[in-house]
Amino acid sequence: MMRFLLLFSRQGKIRLQKWFLPLGEREKKKIIRDMTTMVLARKPRTCNFLHWKDLKIVYKRYASLYFCCGLEEEDNELLALEVLHRYVELLDKYFGNVCELDIIFNFEKAYFILDEFLMGGEVQETSKQSIAKSIEASDMLQETMEEYMSKPAF
Amino acid sequence: MAPSVCLQEMIRVIRSARTQGEERGVIQRECAAIRAQFRQADSGGRSHNLAKLLYVHMLGYPAHFGQMECVRMIASPRYSEKRIGYLGAMMLLDEKQDASLLITNSIKNDLSHSSQYIQSLALCTLACMGSAEMCRDLAPEIERLLKASNSYIKKKAALCAVHIVRKIPELGELFTPSAHSLLSDKNHGQSFLLSVRSPTLCLHVFHAVPELVQIMKGLVTSGYSPEHNVAGISDPFLQVRVLRLLRILGRNNDEASDAMNDLLAQVATNTDSSKTAGSAVLYETVLTIMDIKSESGLRVLAVNILGRFLLNNDRNIRYISMTSLQKIVQTDHTAVQRHRGTIVDCLKDQDASVKRRALELSLALVSAANIRSMMKELLRFLSTCPPELRSHATSGIFNAAERYAPSQRWHIDTILHVLITAGGDVRDETVPNLIQLISVASELHCYTVHKLYRALISDISQQSLVQVACWCIGEYGDLLLKGDCDEIEPMQVTEDDVLDVLETILQSHMSSPTSRGFALTAIMKLSTRITNNIDRIRSVVSIYGSCIDVELQQRAVEYNALFKKYDHMRAAVLERMPIMDKNSPGHANGDPSGEITKDLIQTTPIQGLLIQEPGELFCYSVGFNSVTCLCVFSAPNVTVYEKGGVNLKLQCDNQTETAITVTFTASNSTQSDITSFTLQAAVPKSVQLQMKAPSGDVIPAQGRGTVTQTILLNNPNKASLKMRVRLSYTSQGTLCQDMVQIDSFPSPAWN
Repeated sequence: MMRFLLLFSRQGKIRLQKWFLPLGEREKKKIIRDMTTMVLARKPRTCNFLHWKDLKIVYKRYASLYFCCGLEEEDNELLALEVLHRYVELLDKYFGNVCELDIIFNFEKAYFILDEFLMGGEVQETSKQSIAKSIEASDMLQETMEEYMSKPAF
Repeated sequence: MAPSVCLQEMIRVIRSARTQGEERGVIQRECAAIRAQFRQADSGGRSHNLAKLLYVHMLGYPAHFGQMECVRMIASPRYSEKRIGYLGAMMLLDEKQDASLLITNSIKNDLSHSSQYIQSLALCTLACMGSAEMCRDLAPEIERLLKASNSYIKKKAALCAVHIVRKIPELGELFTPSAHSLLSDKNHGQSFLLSVRSPTLCLHVFHAVPELVQIMKGLVTSGYSPEHNVAGISDPFLQVRVLRLLRILGRNNDEASDAMNDLLAQVATNTDSSKTAGSAVLYETVLTIMDIKSESGLRVLAVNILGRFLLNNDRNIRYISMTSLQKIVQTDHTAVQRHRGTIVDCLKDQDASVKRRALELSLALVSAANIRSMMKELLRFLSTCPPELRSHATSGIFNAAERYAPSQRWHIDTILHVLITAGGDVRDETVPNLIQLISVASELHCYTVHKLYRALISDISQQSLVQVACWCIGEYGDLLLKGDCDEIEPMQVTEDDVLDVLETILQSHMSSPTSRGFALTAIMKLSTRITNNIDRIRSVVSIYGSCIDVELQQRAVEYNALFKKYDHMRAAVLERMPIMDKNSPGHANGDPSGEITKDLIQTTPIQGLLIQEPGELFCYSVGFNSVTCLCVFSAPNVTVYEKGGVNLKLQCDNQTETAITVTFTASNSTQSDITSFTLQAAVPKSVQLQMKAPSGDVIPAQGRGTVTQTILLNNPNKASLKMRVRLSYTSQGTLCQDMVQIDSFPSPAWN
């Protein structure tokens, strides 16, 4: 089971944080600090796996964002790399050539996509098309409500 | 009131703030506006406000005032508000917050909503932050949804059930009947498999092994399914998951393991591992093979796969193969030994993670057969090792050397090499261990002291090396000065050279206080082993009598006393030490330049016994300070010696099961004072002895006063306690000496 998933920039600013286990605020902040320090200190062509306390940390860098997740002992690190890659593909499909700014300005959509892909630390849907369809349908539901609001759209 | 800015505008403004202070200001303004908006009635922009708050929260600012708003939004009928509300709940609420209980009812309602997307929101939130109470309340609902016909909801409900079972294992039984039906679901999203953590569920599901095998076979041999395909592997996520389940089911179960043998062999041979997805599946297969009761052919196949992984160019794959090999190195030692060469090569890799794995695996692979070659590699690694791995490497090397050393000389050489390369990272007990090793290897004393001397003159910064070298030079300085040694080229060393080196260490700011203590003691010991420069030693010792460091000062003062008052004893005191046993009492202390008692049975001369001097204390025992401790005892007072007017009483006090405090009280019933009263004591080998300072050395006449001396004994092996006490005193101008053997102590502690 994945314990957490973090996205952060090269400057250490967090862009997305998903926790699959209940933790206090201070612990979360500590984990974020530790992860950013550890991962940003890694040299370019080194292995993507780290060991931290009793967790395996898997990270991958995509352009200016680091995707970092914490796994338990029995989890498969290579598969976690695939999970991260799949998430990036989903984001890319949704936003069309996704970049960090898309995730900054539309962070809630990134969360919605993540929630369609992972749940409780596990992969819930392995088909890219299904996830894309679900997100589309949810967005459609949302837009119809917008008609009631006289606010500018996101 | 300032109109609320829409989300992206706010993000833009925050990002354009040039300093932290500016950003804080913007955020404070925004939060104030958001708070005001929350207090208003339904303003239509509520979802935007909450979204803004969530952004602010992600930046790290406090956002707890949004919790109640989340609760309200979740209860709203509008989908966009629900969506943001649930997101807010997942981010801001956790099971420790009280507000989380308030959303239980909303979730319950939403679970029965007509729209599947609203149901999915509720399920997702429950799986993310559901506390134990919430799970208990909503478990029946989830169970109902598991039986629903909608596969989209079914899969989400399944994962939610997994979360519930994790939180409350007893509820696993509730979901067992549905679990089996999920397995036969055609849909690829069979998520419930992972909940098989509780043993009861295992029992129900293990008869499903054949079905799982079928599913897996289908995946491996099926045609191309573009939806689920990743780099040529069809649905690796599902494959890995099935393999994991097979692993759990086959773990201690012969029947199940047999059923999956063929499948595992098939997957292992047919999966293409050129991309990560394929390697992930192969990796999981290997782990499964290793964990279940597989036949030996399959195990060999698995180890070979790991070996192939080791040669892969991709560092990730090498890393995980070493991790897996580490797990099986105990059980399949010979199989892993075959790959020793590659593993040792990985020690030279650039990557610190790979190096760490390689180091651990190499240390596990060291055996009597390959110790020499492995040690060469390990020592080479030590010189280029990253600092965080050094202490691990040194302790591993020492353990390996101790277990498999082919000869003493090799052992000493290895330890010396490590000290020279990484002396700063070795553990504290290395110094006494090495000293004990050196003292045991008596034929190598000459060789050792020469080597150490040479190492010392080139570098005095490695403290452990300095300490060992000083000790050796002090002990075997005569061998060093003699010059000739068969195993090493001769080097002419003069007394001045040796004293120069020791003095340099004493004065260097790189030396730790312990090292300086070693150096001072070494200089002192040399006073009996050299002939010409005794005055130089005397002057050094007297200079340090006023050193700021209390330990050095004390030693110097004591050594001074040795020169002045007790010169007759100096040769005896500074003689070469007897060989220490590995577990002898002296070994337990950190400073072996204090050799403590030896055995009682041999008639050893005074040198072998612990010497206790009154007055300016000269004491070999460590941690000694001139504080007399008079304990209050409850045990009876026994007279152990009575002669010539001198009466010696013994009192025991048990502090713990193995520690005992013995107090001797000496009194004098003669007409004149007794002066220079000293007590020496010896105990059996397994007992540790520590003498405290006596209260004085003059016993006033006619019982007007007494001299007391306390001895602390530590008897970890609970051996039978005996003590031999030697008294020495001057009475009416004559020097008297006597010995008393105490065979039984007036306390029931030792049995």
